[in-house]
Amino acid sequence: MKLRQIFTYYTVGFVAFTVILGILEALKLIDLKGIGYVFMAFSVLVYAFIGFVTRTSDPSEYYVAGRGINSIYNGMATGSDWMSAASFISMAGLLFALGHMGLAYIMGWTGGYVLLALLLAPYLRKFGQYTVPDFLGTRYGGSGARVIGIICAILVSLTYLTAQLTGVGTIVSRFIGLPYEPGVFIGLAGVLVCSFLGGMRAVTWTQVAQYIILITAYLIPVVVLSAKLFFIPIPELTYGQILQRVSVMEKQIAGKDNPNPNNIPADVLNSKIDPAKEKESRDLWLKDLAMYKAKLSNVDSALAADKTSLEAKLASLADDKVAERRAALEKQKADAQAMINAPQPIDPKTKKPVMMDAEKLKELEGKIADADKQLATLAPERVKAEKEKTQKASAALPKNAEEAKIKWNAALATATAQSKPPSDYLTIPPFVSADGKSYPMLQFLGLIFCLMVGTAGLPHILTRYYTTPSVKQARSSVGWSLFFIFLLYFTAPAYAAFARYEVFVNLVGVEIANLPSWIASWKLVGLLDIVDKNGDGIVQFADFIIKSTDFVVLATPEIAGLPATITGLVMAGGLAAALSTADGLLLTIANAFSHDLYYKIINPSASVQTRVLISKVLLVVVAIIGASIAAFVKLPVIAATVAWAFSFAASSLFPALVLGIWWRRTTGIAAILGMVSGLVVSISYSILNFFSTSPNNALGFAQPFSILSLRHTESGMLGLPVAFIVIIVVSLLTPAPDKSLQDFVYSVRFPKGAEKGKEVESIGGAA
Amino acid sequence: MAELQTKDVETTPKVAHDQQTLEKYWHENRNLVFTMLGIWFAVTYLTQLFANALNGVVIAGFPLGYYMGGQGSLIAFVVMIFYYAKKMNEIDKKYNLEEEEEN
Repeated sequence: MKLRQIFTYYTVGFVAFTVILGILEALKLIDLKGIGYVFMAFSVLVYAFIGFVTRTSDPSEYYVAGRGINSIYNGMATGSDWMSAASFISMAGLLFALGHMGLAYIMGWTGGYVLLALLLAPYLRKFGQYTVPDFLGTRYGGSGARVIGIICAILVSLTYLTAQLTGVGTIVSRFIGLPYEPGVFIGLAGVLVCSFLGGMRAVTWTQVAQYIILITAYLIPVVVLSAKLFFIPIPELTYGQILQRVSVMEKQIAGKDNPNPNNIPADVLNSKIDPAKEKESRDLWLKDLAMYKAKLSNVDSALAADKTSLEAKLASLADDKVAERRAALEKQKADAQAMINAPQPIDPKTKKPVMMDAEKLKELEGKIADADKQLATLAPERVKAEKEKTQKASAALPKNAEEAKIKWNAALATATAQSKPPSDYLTIPPFVSADGKSYPMLQFLGLIFCLMVGTAGLPHILTRYYTTPSVKQARSSVGWSLFFIFLLYFTAPAYAAFARYEVFVNLVGVEIANLPSWIASWKLVGLLDIVDKNGDGIVQFADFIIKSTDFVVLATPEIAGLPATITGLVMAGGLAAALSTADGLLLTIANAFSHDLYYKIINPSASVQTRVLISKVLLVVVAIIGASIAAFVKLPVIAATVAWAFSFAASSLFPALVLGIWWRRTTGIAAILGMVSGLVVSISYSILNFFSTSPNNALGFAQPFSILSLRHTESGMLGLPVAFIVIIVVSLLTPAPDKSLQDFVYSVRFPKGAEKGKEVESIGGAA
Repeated sequence: MAELQTKDVETTPKVAHDQQTLEKYWHENRNLVFTMLGIWFAVTYLTQLFANALNGVVIAGFPLGYYMGGQGSLIAFVVMIFYYAKKMNEIDKKYNLEEEEEN
């Protein structure tokens, strides 16, 4: 069968499958959990099937898919290789929370392809061979550069892989309610069948299949939502209107003057927004904030004080104490009554009883009412309830200072977030922050730069351009890659805007008893929470606690009024995104060990079979190591490390590759020193900055470590210039590379004479 | 597939081209690449640096600065890459440096 035919059948089959599930759901034969199981089993089976059909042990097939992948299919495969769980599930949420600042991810994760197309991809394809360290080893002559290349490739890919496997575990556990750890390993099994059996060839075709699922799943909910609100099913065009409405409602909630300068009609806004109540709730959060700050300033004594006050309270609720207080109150009441009832003294002059003055009477009546009130709180059932509450509170009291610190820091973070009015969605990061200590614009542009350059230096993306049949196709393949990535990325801002609009219009101002159904379902999973801070029974924006912004993508199907089947589809899409990226990374790491380290350095006489076999064995080993880190170590840095991978790649592989191709004078020793120094600068800055700014400050820094206020995610801003400068200076100080090497670099510039691949026509047969 | 295994150092194109033609080809490519890099820089960094001013222009509800960050720059990236690929194919042909037996 021809490829186009295969993937057409596949897509039709997949749509039919989804429709059947939808019908079963409408007939109430299956629920969300059931749908989850079916989707997961189905998709993993399909991936495994593709892996089985395309199994191979031929090295050219195993490492570069026989250089036979047509540029469009290679583009799709690169697209799903590239789009990870973070892109699929988390990115729209980041935009929801960060507004304009979040656009750094949108631009950063796409603009790097321009650098790839202009500076690297065609030349690497002309060079031929199999991996990125292959290029470094040949270009810089010797094992030194190759080894450094291997280290960079593994370091970058392993950090990234761990994050993917964490994503797989999270999705599987949300998806079908399995615990997180087995979730990681189940996902892992799905990854392994493909890459183990067929290397790059199987991974490529599986990734094409995964791309089709993930893009359909991503687009359907927001397209339907746009059609519902505007009758135009193109969310990318309609969300401009939404942006305008959102920024009006933000200002209303924040209680700013003149919130609606463009007079947007009130029927598309929310008339229930109440700035006074919003302020009231925010002020209550501010009080919490001050309280936790005070507590955190002296954890030990605050904890002791909490303990004593709870103990005192408990003691005062003891039966005999309660009885004592009751008796005292009864007596107080009786005394007051007696004074009121007492016969008034007779005024000797007028011979009439003296009227008690009104003030005194009022005071006595007040005393009685007061006693009644207090007595009511001492009613046996109230005392019991109070006792239970106090006991619970003391049980929940942090066991030690360490625990208290963590707990109160979390509470402080929540209070800080909730006490702020919604940030202005369209605000541009200022050049200098209000306190004059940081440069948000520099952070913003720096993050874009690191993500872009890092993209162009990621080994698992670079190797994809070895798989096209020609240099010409490598060039257009970068375009197709970005086109397929673009379909998702330029939809993400629409997702975020629609979700924000939904929250402002249909959540703020409703009664706590009548929450929209999507809130209820995602509250259960723990992505969000509603706390009625001022106790008025109505949701204020300040009452809406976001625990994970992932809800933006996950809840949109429900917001659009779509059946649970579509929610299941979205999760299958997220799984496809995480698995496809993990596949590509795993292959890159295993190949770096088996091809670059074992075959090229340790045992160059190894037979073809041994090499592929070793690669397969290593694949399993690396996969298990990655999954174990994700499942058991659960480093708090994992979330941050995805962004780190980009800075690391930007500071090491990118400079060495670009200069290696574009400047013949670059010498081997210079490249080695440059990669090492760039990497060292970047890694140490990330670690120092991360641990000196995180709330726990595990290393005990006196103050946050930073240069130009750059954050740990932007360490490439320092590493990259260092690497470039070192390479250039050392190159000029060392003798030029010999003639044959310079000729080699020269030859890479011209497409003529490139090693040919033959385009694959069908999947099953050996190509 | 044995012939694919080791080809460590490739020689210059098999069909002899005089040095001048190769230099000219590379020169043209380099100018194109630098122009594209300039556009790439402007589309991302300049639009974002001046996003505040651009946000004053609102089209179909989109403030221009936000739009450039969320969509405009992405469209430019895709177009640029395809344009570069097409242009390079033309340049390859012009200098007779395109690959043999194109699939």
